[in-house]
Amino acid sequence: MERYDLPDAKGHFGPYGGVYVAETLMAALDELKNEYERVKADPTFWEEFRQELKHYVGRPSPIYHAKRWSEQLGGAQIFFKREDLNHTGAHKISNAIGQALLARRMGKKRVIAETGAGQHGVATATVAARYGMECFVYMGSEDIKRQSPNVFRMKLLGATVVPVESGSKTLKDALNEAMRDWVTNVDSTFYILGTAAGPHPYPMMVRDFLSVIGEESKEQMPELTGRQPDVVVACVGGGSNAIGMFYPYINVDGVRMVGVEAGGHGIDSGMHAAPLSGGAGVGVLHGAKSYLMQDANGQVVETHSVSAGLDYPGVGPEHSYLKDIGRAEYVAIDDKEALAAFHDCCHLEGIIPALESSHALAWAAKVAPTMGKDKVILVNLSGRGDKDINTVAGLAGITL
Amino acid sequence: MSRIAACFAALEGKKALIPFITAGDPHPSRTVELMHGLVDGGADIIELGVPFSDPMADGPVIQRASERALVHKVGLRDVLAMVAEFRKTNTTTPVVLMGYLNPVFVMGYAAFATAAREAGVDGVLTVDCPPEEAADLSAALIAADLDPVFLIAPTTPEARVREIARHARGYVYYVSLKGVTGAGNLDIDDVARKIAALRAHIQVPIGVGFGIRDAATAKAISVTADAVVVGSRLVQEIEAATEQTAKERLTGLVAELKAAIL
Repeated sequence: MERYDLPDAKGHFGPYGGVYVAETLMAALDELKNEYERVKADPTFWEEFRQELKHYVGRPSPIYHAKRWSEQLGGAQIFFKREDLNHTGAHKISNAIGQALLARRMGKKRVIAETGAGQHGVATATVAARYGMECFVYMGSEDIKRQSPNVFRMKLLGATVVPVESGSKTLKDALNEAMRDWVTNVDSTFYILGTAAGPHPYPMMVRDFLSVIGEESKEQMPELTGRQPDVVVACVGGGSNAIGMFYPYINVDGVRMVGVEAGGHGIDSGMHAAPLSGGAGVGVLHGAKSYLMQDANGQVVETHSVSAGLDYPGVGPEHSYLKDIGRAEYVAIDDKEALAAFHDCCHLEGIIPALESSHALAWAAKVAPTMGKDKVILVNLSGRGDKDINTVAGLAGITL
Repeated sequence: MSRIAACFAALEGKKALIPFITAGDPHPSRTVELMHGLVDGGADIIELGVPFSDPMADGPVIQRASERALVHKVGLRDVLAMVAEFRKTNTTTPVVLMGYLNPVFVMGYAAFATAAREAGVDGVLTVDCPPEEAADLSAALIAADLDPVFLIAPTTPEARVREIARHARGYVYYVSLKGVTGAGNLDIDDVARKIAALRAHIQVPIGVGFGIRDAATAKAISVTADAVVVGSRLVQEIEAATEQTAKERLTGLVAELKAAIL
């Protein structure tokens, strides 16, 4: 394969990506792109970023061999990249720190964010406290209900959580509302976008800040197993943890990359959040062209997933491109399969995984038995599941 | 000459009033009569909103209008059918579709442009498609004799203004404030200064919209702009009216605005 070097100067990954926003934001995105290009070449920025990741986040996150589960499945060896052990409990913090350091350089004192499960909201509230910035987090009112512990965490950290009542009251609507805030307060405000979607340069920037996941894995796996894994697997909503794991592996031959989308009630039911694996067409939403769940009129449809963080109708443009060129494959795991993996991971490994990450675990558990015992699957365990205990209890008819 | 150019020529220096309503609000069966009602009140050009599920540049008023229309599943083809119906009895008032790119992208640029031309549409403004991404769409529109209308914002630097000027046809739409439609932070003096600066580069007429809420503001804006766009205020009138009284109330409000502007 030719050396992979995307996006192009205008933010395109093949036919995907780009800058599809209202004119008012164009200058701000240009400024952001230029500033990011400057820091990209500035070693002092990356040195500070690395120091923060080491001393504040606790990186590198370890890789753990899930021996009992692998043994029970009787096939490939499953390893976890323990992003759940990061400060704030998920991969999101590494991206939030990168963007907050950029915001500080640009002299912005107010940051905004959208959040679904609340993990990115908590990460943003955390860095805002750490760097002394004012923080507003937009969150769909449906998600506020199902993720109340994270809502309280954000408030403890000093952020204002703004409930979003429009549309489906979930992640996509929170993103709309964050964009509306940004267009109104564009001079004072830095938008810390939480996923590898949105207008250029966000998909590239988020990917770069989260590539630390794959970079660390590339060093750690040979120490543990003597070689790179046969498969790397990660859940995909917008696709930030997946692109962070995949990107450093794109040019590594022989490593299969699998993105796991939310199959909800099943692809056939139509109630899912799987634009890449569910047969959706291409569309334009939230500033970029990408695969998009929509109806025949081009209206974005409501999605379904047990996991709020995957409940999003679009996907980062780089994943659309990786799908088209065949470098990564995308599959769906439904709510039931994800929940079963959630419980297995608790019982067999003593780790409560996020419902989002449970989708990746479920795929690994499904496929491992079909592979030889000498094969290695590396699952990105993108977050811990403490935030999900109310949801899981509710599904079992238990009120906490 | 296009209907839009003919409209500005016929005004002979008087300023155009461009009311905006969302197609399908409050009900798809009412849109054509509301369009006629706008003309009765003195509308020079009509901006017709194409409902979209994720109207990121709109404030709550126009978001609600989109939601009301989408209850009835009003799609782009339905909007074109409404324009065709309007054209049966009005062949002079230009109609500009305003909306988001995805419905147009999904229909296909060439298919959309041809169908829009046949329906009697004159211009198209896609809020989330800046010139950088608009080459294919603009080519399809121009091939069908439709005017691509572009936004210019308070944040647009001069170099971009020159670039937008190269692509703009019909008129340009100057967004009067940093914010969403219907916002309340309009600064008339600032708008006047910006419009004066735009004149150095922009050859087509300059319309101004976002946040124009009453006759006095419309008049003040019309001192420097070639056209005044009023949207959220009219949509609020539709919200406050019943389906039966909406047309009359819109006509009255448009007449008041038209009487106020220069």
